[in-house]
Amino acid sequence: MKSLVNPAPPAPAGPPPPLTVAAEPRPGGRQRAAELLQRQGVLAVLVLLCVISSFLFSSFATLDNTRGITIQASFLSVVALGMTLVIVTGGIDLSVGSVFALGGVVAAWASQYGFLPALLLPLVVCGAIGTVNGLLVAKAGMAPFIVTLASLLGARGLLLALTHEGARTYLVPRGSAFQKLGGGAVWGFGYPVLIALALFGLGGLVLQRTSFGQALFAVGGSGDAALLMGLPVARTKVLVYTLSGLLAGFAGALNAARLSSGVTIIGVGMELDAISAVVIGGTLLVGGAGSVSGTLWGVLLLGVIQNLINQIGSLNSSYQSVVSGGFLIVVVVAQRYLSAARRGT
Amino acid sequence: MTSFALPRGLDRPRIADALQRYGVYGAVLALLVFNGIFTDHFLTADNLRTQLVQVAPVVIVALGMALVIGTEGVDLSVGSTMALSGALLPLYLGYGLLPSLLVALLAGVVVGLVNGSLVALVGLQPIVATLALFVGGRGLALVIADGQLKQIENTDLLSLGTDSVLGVPVVVLIAGVLAALVAGLVQRTTFGRQLVAVGGNRKAAALAGLPVRRVLIGVYVICGVLAALAGVLATARLTASDPSSLGNLMELSAITAVVVGGTPLTGGSVRVLGTVFGALLMQLLHATLVTHDLHDSTAQMVQAGIILVAVYVARERRAR
Repeated sequence: MKSLVNPAPPAPAGPPPPLTVAAEPRPGGRQRAAELLQRQGVLAVLVLLCVISSFLFSSFATLDNTRGITIQASFLSVVALGMTLVIVTGGIDLSVGSVFALGGVVAAWASQYGFLPALLLPLVVCGAIGTVNGLLVAKAGMAPFIVTLASLLGARGLLLALTHEGARTYLVPRGSAFQKLGGGAVWGFGYPVLIALALFGLGGLVLQRTSFGQALFAVGGSGDAALLMGLPVARTKVLVYTLSGLLAGFAGALNAARLSSGVTIIGVGMELDAISAVVIGGTLLVGGAGSVSGTLWGVLLLGVIQNLINQIGSLNSSYQSVVSGGFLIVVVVAQRYLSAARRGT
Repeated sequence: MTSFALPRGLDRPRIADALQRYGVYGAVLALLVFNGIFTDHFLTADNLRTQLVQVAPVVIVALGMALVIGTEGVDLSVGSTMALSGALLPLYLGYGLLPSLLVALLAGVVVGLVNGSLVALVGLQPIVATLALFVGGRGLALVIADGQLKQIENTDLLSLGTDSVLGVPVVVLIAGVLAALVAGLVQRTTFGRQLVAVGGNRKAAALAGLPVRRVLIGVYVICGVLAALAGVLATARLTASDPSSLGNLMELSAITAVVVGGTPLTGGSVRVLGTVFGALLMQLLHATLVTHDLHDSTAQMVQAGIILVAVYVARERRAR
């Protein structure tokens, strides 16, 4: 870990790069190493941590424990997937925690009318909130930070209104198809885990292989340049906030199915967990660069840290946020120096 | 921009400008008038005193936040800093009020130094730099306090939260004095001018030879100390140190107060009096809605609407 934090020494002054656009200078060994570390560093840390922990704790590398970690991580990961896309465009979505909770309550309420309402209604409500966020950011030109801060409050208010100020808890009918969506499992791995994996596969394809994904990078890299290139910047932004709302609401619905009820007090601070996971995963908060796989490793890393602190037992659970926060500092500082090393400055 | 229905000199940007400049004062006044007419026992000394005591910690934190936002930054860690100083406070109360107060405030200095260094020296975005201590700070507070709520028995400390001077609660006095000090800092000192210059255009400020890094670190340290002080005062008023709930969502309240008070998120200007009134507006609004039997949920949604309106108006002005 130490080598990650050390600032890279200034690159030796080589011959000046050629001035033609076509002949990009070949990245040197150090730059390539920095790039690899930046891309795969989190995965390496995750694997290393898992290997060490399985030697230290006999109960770590068991199937049961793995199932536990993955089901815990699955809900946050779906929220963080949407957050990744928003952050790639240079935006941020602080409303996801409230929207997650709202989606759960709406799904639990709608589940009395059957499987489809329970799945679709939260998507409609939460997608609409995302669209409003997107319109305010893209069309009204307001700061994403503030727009989504307002919808953090607004969505929580709506949730409280729906539950009679949090006094009513809507239950998912026992044995319903919707409950099975959250509680069912294949080889012990819950459906939410499989759904999250599928969504990440899809998200990776969209980001890397579609013109929409390329537009996200372009908008995040430079909105003005993207406009000049003729990209539909406003539409891309509206879409990405809508997607974030949809994913947060869907994760909330899955969670409600898992818990068999719409819990009103969850999701507080979830936006910051999601942002942490995205940042740890190597997506730059300034936009224009990032990957969904990194986010997946980021979420898992946070989950493994939590699990380890539980394994140690004698440590109280407050250490989890201390370790997560410390880790976040190390990662972002390392990212910063790795980016500098990659540019060869 | 031309406008057809409005007389000369009252075009839209100018109205937006006036709204942004004076809207928050007008809104506070309107709320007071409304409550004077429609709410029993609202405009009484007792109720107003209660409102001011409740808003005082928010004002103190928001003052620091206004300075940070003035440099085009943001500090997410203020709530955790409050929890941290609140957790440290009872540890040294055995040696008297002053040592424990110093330790608690020192926590604010350290938090500010970490945040400021990450922003100014490492070059991280403020939101990322302060996110780490937002996540870790409260955990640290819980670790220090062993996850427990601690009753405060030191009478010197408790009197900070309950005493009044000439009918004005001490916490309100402290908030008022701090607001005056911060206003003076912004308007009358070199540091204040440098801060505004750094927020307006960091590159230009650096080229002009301003000590950009020192200014940035200084601003985050001031914000951290103010948050730590708010943590101390809130602990004194609650007569207990509760690291798990102290300062929860404070970053949002503080940012809201600053933004509603007319300080642009894009930096380059700090509205101190506006920030105080921004905090007052949100407090009075909440009190009004709740006394009129509107629920917390409605209050929250109205709050969200106010934030959006304030920022929309600010955007209008910038677009001119």
